[in-house]
Amino acid sequence: MIITHESEQNMVALDNNQDTTIENEYRKSKIKSRIAWTIAFIFALIQLVLTLTPFFFMLINSFRKQFDMLQQGVFHLPDPWYFMNYVEVVTHGFFGFFFRSVVVVGISLVLMLIISAFAAYPLARMNFKLNPFIYATIVAMMSVPMHVTLIPIFKLTTNIGIYDSLKALIGPYVAFALPMSVFILTAFMKTIPREIEESAEIDGCNRYQNFFRMILPLSKSGLSTLAIYNGVAMWNEFAFANTLIITPSKKTLPLALGQFKGEHSLDIPIILAVLTLSVLPMISLFIIFQDKLVKGMMAGAVKG
Amino acid sequence: MSKGKKEGLAQAKAKSTAKAATVFLLPALLLIAIFIVYPVIDTFAISGYKWNGISTDRIFIGFENWKTLIHDEMFWKSFRHNLTVMVFSILLQIPIGMLLATFLDAGGKKFNIFKIIWFLPYLMSSVAIAFLFIYALATNGGIISSLATLINGKRTTVDLLGTSPNALFTVIGVMAWQFTPFYMVYFIAGYGNIDTSIYEAAIIDGATRGQYIRHIAIPLLGPIFKTACTMSLIGSLKYFDMIWNMTQGGPSGSTELMATYMYKLSFQQFNMGYGSCVAAGMFVLITAIALLFNKVFKVKEDY
Repeated sequence: MIITHESEQNMVALDNNQDTTIENEYRKSKIKSRIAWTIAFIFALIQLVLTLTPFFFMLINSFRKQFDMLQQGVFHLPDPWYFMNYVEVVTHGFFGFFFRSVVVVGISLVLMLIISAFAAYPLARMNFKLNPFIYATIVAMMSVPMHVTLIPIFKLTTNIGIYDSLKALIGPYVAFALPMSVFILTAFMKTIPREIEESAEIDGCNRYQNFFRMILPLSKSGLSTLAIYNGVAMWNEFAFANTLIITPSKKTLPLALGQFKGEHSLDIPIILAVLTLSVLPMISLFIIFQDKLVKGMMAGAVKG
Repeated sequence: MSKGKKEGLAQAKAKSTAKAATVFLLPALLLIAIFIVYPVIDTFAISGYKWNGISTDRIFIGFENWKTLIHDEMFWKSFRHNLTVMVFSILLQIPIGMLLATFLDAGGKKFNIFKIIWFLPYLMSSVAIAFLFIYALATNGGIISSLATLINGKRTTVDLLGTSPNALFTVIGVMAWQFTPFYMVYFIAGYGNIDTSIYEAAIIDGATRGQYIRHIAIPLLGPIFKTACTMSLIGSLKYFDMIWNMTQGGPSGSTELMATYMYKLSFQQFNMGYGSCVAAGMFVLITAIALLFNKVFKVKEDY
């Protein structure tokens, strides 16, 4: 009896001991995690400031008169707020640049999506001897840097007489978006169950009807991801546009900045207004379609 | 008899499949052939000529351009700049992107506002970023110079883009500003792909958040690191848009990259024969480095 009692007492003491050590450890880890979070928050805030300062700089200084920028100091709020920069930019051809970009990107994107879906269908669904070879060749094209092709494409467009027109941009834009799009769509179409096609075949659909009535509608979500990714890339494309177009009235939006800078080389606020206007469409789209847009813009990450 | 008929049927089916495949693939293959394959071959072909890009007379000079290229100080200097950019891109963008993603992953939905703001730079085009930072980093009315003036109490200029060693590192910093959000979102996706049951099991076994991140999440993100490095590597070797608009390779060649050097030779000096040679050299170097990198990392994985 006594022995058991003693051992019981011992056990209680042991338990107490363990409790305090666990509590201590818990307290320690809590302090540790609090310190970790504080440090993390400091870094998070630094990153926040680093990210936002240039945007803030761009925005407030675009509402100043040309010489107010240096007199008032760049971090002061504009006094008075001056809106004529935006009026000047909009009335001097900004929308022209904008609509030319819309036209080129629109046409290129539609063509690219149709052609890449066309190409992905047999690669995902048909058995023919050259299938693996063609697929590998197209995938390998993803790693060709576009700069290597600039001079021959300049030569080509000059020879067939489309140099210095929007038409010159469409071919390269479509072609360079194809390899990655075919790669992604082929993988996507492989996930569509075969039974759907088989039952359609029994109902008398041939391959072409199959593609247009079944596969294409079912690939919609893959196509929309590709539309976002390539739409953004084409919208921002600079090297081809700068090489193949020289007439100011034919230039696309990425060239607008250079054009305005050439005309107002000393008027910094006006250039900042052009910048703000050219960034605005993307930021508004981002606010509306946040996750969808992010996902689309990351489609290129499969490249590696 | 019936066996022969069956074979005939199979053959007919294979034939019709081949026909359909050709129809579907033709537009894509044609465009790729015209705008990618032919230009790459043509670049190598033009590199054998002395040509100004406009006149019809091109003079075939064999490997003369290549001989010049091998001894071209400017080209190798540009290549070294590309390598510097590559190393610092990998060292800055990927770890910072990873840290930001870790923070967002640990914080969950309530940190969404951080995510939204941190992503903003990636929404800007390289051209817009170039122009923004020309003014933001200017000695006259730029952010840094204005801050320095405020702190010093007297007019101070910090010349980030106009002097030699500064300019390249400034450009690297701006690139980090632009691309870190990309890697951030990339690693967020990586964290999202880790099965939640793994996290739960770790916590039940008594792991803290920190231990989970260090010992479980980061090792699981290994393959993603490799892909991120490959992307950063290839991206840095062919970088062009931002530098061209911001510094045009200057001051005095201190931010010259292979692509800007090629562009300058071809479309400003109209020395397209030699420009093509630089482009072809760039193609060879990029392909070689990418292959080497993949090989080294594959070996490590197998090990």
